[in-house]
Amino acid sequence: MPASTAAVRRVVVTGFGPVTPVATGIEEFWSALLAGRSGIDHITSFDASEMPVKIAGEVKDFRPDDWLTPKEIRRTDRAVHLAIAASKLAWRDAGEPSVDPARTGVMFSTGIGGLSSLLQQHVVLLEKGPDRVSPFMVPMLMPNAAAANVAMAFGFTGPNACITTACAAGSHAVGEAFRLIKYGFADVAIAGGTEATVLPLTVAGFAQMQALTKNPDPARASRPFDKHRDGFVLSEGAGALVLEDSERAAARGAGIYAEVCGYGASADAHHITAPEPEGLGAIQALQAALEEAAEPADAVGYINAHGTSTPLNDAAETRAIKKALGDHAYSTAVSSTKSMTGHMLGAAGAVEAGIAALAVARGEIPPTINYETRDEECDLDYVPNVARTADVRLALSNAFGFGGHNAVVALRRFDR
Amino acid sequence: MPELESKVCKILAENLSVPESQVTPKARFQEDLDADSLDLVEAVLALEEEFGVTIPEEEMEGVQTVGQAVQLVASKMGVGA
Repeated sequence: MPASTAAVRRVVVTGFGPVTPVATGIEEFWSALLAGRSGIDHITSFDASEMPVKIAGEVKDFRPDDWLTPKEIRRTDRAVHLAIAASKLAWRDAGEPSVDPARTGVMFSTGIGGLSSLLQQHVVLLEKGPDRVSPFMVPMLMPNAAAANVAMAFGFTGPNACITTACAAGSHAVGEAFRLIKYGFADVAIAGGTEATVLPLTVAGFAQMQALTKNPDPARASRPFDKHRDGFVLSEGAGALVLEDSERAAARGAGIYAEVCGYGASADAHHITAPEPEGLGAIQALQAALEEAAEPADAVGYINAHGTSTPLNDAAETRAIKKALGDHAYSTAVSSTKSMTGHMLGAAGAVEAGIAALAVARGEIPPTINYETRDEECDLDYVPNVARTADVRLALSNAFGFGGHNAVVALRRFDR
Repeated sequence: MPELESKVCKILAENLSVPESQVTPKARFQEDLDADSLDLVEAVLALEEEFGVTIPEEEMEGVQTVGQAVQLVASKMGVGA
């Protein structure tokens, strides 16, 4: 089908693979989220005793050799290991459809890339000299390594890219993959995000920005929208979605979680790290997503918030939701699953789009845990502490990244 | 020499992520051990480190089998091959 002249198509989510500090795999992840279980703990991957922050979200039960050969493991960063696992889980969940490889794309994002590999080789450079630096350093550190390795793992030769927009990266991957299929550039796509940068340097760097929580109590530290929130919890993880042309998915009898019906992207053009205080960029993205979905604001039943647990984000996001949804904001369920997963940076948007799709598919909304004290700046229904059942026809997934990148993905119940 | 050979083979097996049983003197890097040019650079780094020798890139160019690699290391160490 020539792309530019193709009819606009509807796009559905047929597979989801989460690999997170809370749990790995769709059923384990979903039941843990509904139970309000935190994945945050004391850092175990390095000695954090001298670090300003000693907690993080690590994917502790992850074994690369469940997903990759020893040789693949050696030649790739942990960010790729997590991405491959998420993609294989999502593909399995989608029923391992037979596809035309040339019509199957991969959009796989990361916020940072293979920083751990870079740092290890920098030590080699300093201690042993340039002749000892690994030839695998560059392919291991580059942010697009996950997108490349996912394509190689499945043999997909369709459009392939890595959008690197910090904490919004995973959402951009989903949104851009949606557009690839909608406008006929691909029939199927794996859209995902990955991050594996729970490292001394990143903990130090984010702590110096005053972005991380100083709360030492792991399970209670991430408390989005709560009055006593004081920063985010750094996490690692990956998430992948299988997106598919709806007619193709229906024809093969695929299980469909939800339709991706809108995507709004914008920039704050304000400050490199602080959100625009009135949430103007976020409002623009929210409105654009609803416009593409051709849905009124009062159709929104659930918003999976960016909700990082930083004082600035959660207040600005609340203002943006109220501005974009008007009075309907007060009757919309808004929860931040980062209260349980922590902030997986470039993986967050992909995992959270999957959560929004599941909320639509299953009529269940995971809570914002650790919500105890109301903040006058945050006065919406944050689904405090306890999951609920609700008939969600339309859900939004928000992501706002350092750099002022905003991405909102709209997911709707798929009615043929 | 046999001792050197078995040491080299062990290091190559580790670095190329293949079973030691496959790493025989006649084994060809590309065809039999699925090693690309990046794998070979990495393997040479490991050999240099282990044996305290320097193997210039151009000298690796003609090396296609494990046996040739063993000979190269041996010559660098001043051990008659």
